[in-house]
Amino acid sequence: MKFGQPSALPRWAQLTVLPALNLLAALLVTALVTWMIGENPWECLQLLVSGAFGSGEGIGYTLFYTTGFIFTGLAVATAFHAGLFNIGGEGQAYLAGLGVTLVVLAFDHTLPPLVLVPLCILAAMGFGAAWAFIPGWLQAKRGSHIVVTTIMFNFIAYSLMLYLISHQLIETGSQNPTTREFGQNAWIPAVHQVAAGLGFSLPNTPLNLTFVLALLACGLFYLVVWHSRWGFQLRTVGVNERAARYAGINVSTTIMLAMCVSGALSGFAAINELLGSTHRMNVSFTNGVGFVGIAVALMGRNHPLGIILSALLFGGLTQGGLELSFEKPVITREMITLIQGLIILFCGAMENLFEPFIAGLFKRKENK
Amino acid sequence: MEQLFSLLDSTIRVATPLVLAALAGMFSERSGVVDIGLEGKMLVAAFASAAAAFVTHSPWLGLLAGVAAAVSMAMLHAFVSVTYNGNQLISGMAINTIASGITPVLALAWFQQGGNTPPLDDDARFHEVTLPFADALANVPVLGQLYSKLLSGHCVLVYLTLLIIPLVCWVVYRSRFGLRLRAVGENPHAADTAGISVARVRYIALFWGGVLCGLAGTFLSVYQTGSFIKEMTAGKGFLALAALIFGKWRPLPAVVGCLLFAFADALQIRLEGVDLPIIGQIPSQAIQVIPYVLTVLLLAGFVGRAVAPKAIGTPFVKSR
Repeated sequence: MKFGQPSALPRWAQLTVLPALNLLAALLVTALVTWMIGENPWECLQLLVSGAFGSGEGIGYTLFYTTGFIFTGLAVATAFHAGLFNIGGEGQAYLAGLGVTLVVLAFDHTLPPLVLVPLCILAAMGFGAAWAFIPGWLQAKRGSHIVVTTIMFNFIAYSLMLYLISHQLIETGSQNPTTREFGQNAWIPAVHQVAAGLGFSLPNTPLNLTFVLALLACGLFYLVVWHSRWGFQLRTVGVNERAARYAGINVSTTIMLAMCVSGALSGFAAINELLGSTHRMNVSFTNGVGFVGIAVALMGRNHPLGIILSALLFGGLTQGGLELSFEKPVITREMITLIQGLIILFCGAMENLFEPFIAGLFKRKENK
Repeated sequence: MEQLFSLLDSTIRVATPLVLAALAGMFSERSGVVDIGLEGKMLVAAFASAAAAFVTHSPWLGLLAGVAAAVSMAMLHAFVSVTYNGNQLISGMAINTIASGITPVLALAWFQQGGNTPPLDDDARFHEVTLPFADALANVPVLGQLYSKLLSGHCVLVYLTLLIIPLVCWVVYRSRFGLRLRAVGENPHAADTAGISVARVRYIALFWGGVLCGLAGTFLSVYQTGSFIKEMTAGKGFLALAALIFGKWRPLPAVVGCLLFAFADALQIRLEGVDLPIIGQIPSQAIQVIPYVLTVLLLAGFVGRAVAPKAIGTPFVKSR
């Protein structure tokens, strides 16, 4: 039995059967752990699903988390298409939050929402892209490995933001390291507010219009990566850098641009959180969204459709997991981190693990 | 003088887990397997050792459990990287994420302390060891003080680490296994032609890396804090990775890197809130960030050049 070979299954099976088996494996291991700590996995799963999708409120929160995960998933996927592993989504979203906050704190009492919000989005994209550009530049021009650099940049971002928030941007007179509340002009309308304006009544959740932007970004991502000249260059560099160079593609520019796009996409996670929900910046607002993006991209096989589905899965896990931890005091929300890790392991590191076991099924069909 | 000694003393304390983890990373990366999972391996070891020490009241059984936990994670990494030829970076990332997930889950379920273990009793912890004659020599100027204040009074794991460092140097540069290790990391195909089993060498390297990570994690929980705390490694695994790169993947310079980073850390705690002449207060974050910035500069070749083992990160596929 040979592992780690490129998959020889039909393409539809690669895209459906294998990810499903990987997900199943991750969930089985989680069930085993749940059983080990003395809980009934089936009951927990039911609680989790009903917490995530059982009520309008649950769905709202699920989609709110999904929004951030779609963006960071797309960010990681963009880098993956260029053959780069961007672990720095967390730091890039963090820095994007700084850009947003600076713009908001400067203009939230002077500019109208229609000018301020796009300006904030530009700032988030710019700051996120800039923080990703440096590792990209170092990779392209100085040959330093992007993984190590982006890890280091996460730590640098954390220290930098901790300093800025607790020393410079802190609300005067506040004990907690948070900024002051943003002015209403900088709030992105929540979906329930929009719905109320149209005459529907939806439960009050932080789900906001950034979700629409996320879906648009997925469409745009598809067009750019598979139907544009630059997308072709991106994928060529990712598959074979040397061939790309012989074909006349400027590899280092492609790498740097890919990282910038990746960082800008991560930046939207900060928009969703800061302008859509908390309306102020604290030290832990990113809360691992960049790391979840890695699992989302791996599970979604770097395709926007897959990313939407796996982001929805993680959004549901996050929301359902919170509900579950309220119901079952013995289960913490770190259970979700465990599932996330297992999904990275099965869907990312060992994506074709089950291929040798099911390859026979497909061969027999072909012979008939 | 007193202050200098206490500063150096805490440098040794902070550096020990870093040194162990950096040497662990060196084994793995010198064999050609990227190891960004040091952090996760340390974390599971810290938890397993604290849990076992709490239950059995023996720090040594704790150590055993910690090493076993870290080795099992290392073997998972080895299976993915060597047997399965999978992506080593993603596997390392998975190990880190799994570790930060499973440790609080099990800790809460077993001990009901919000994801930490209860504080260990005195007999379940490692203690400072006073070296022979330390008290008698305490009054001898310089050398005696150096001996009694700096060398004496550490945990047994510190002395173990002091033995491990030359041992690792010898293994890597002077032993048959070390030669094979370096060969496999630089040019696995040549090593394979010479009859060396690449997979075997990589498995062994990752095994010893796991053992060292186990020691590092145990040091943190069973000695330093006396209990397991959620996310207690707090980036130390990545700091060790930074030190390894700082040391250009060589054992002794990596140890020096760890000492340097640890010194910066010890200094930062003492500088907190202190007004220095001319520059005033230095924010602690400015010092915390130094190792990471240094690593980035070093990798980029702005201060010296760190060149990784040649075959690092690429799975070895025997030519057909």
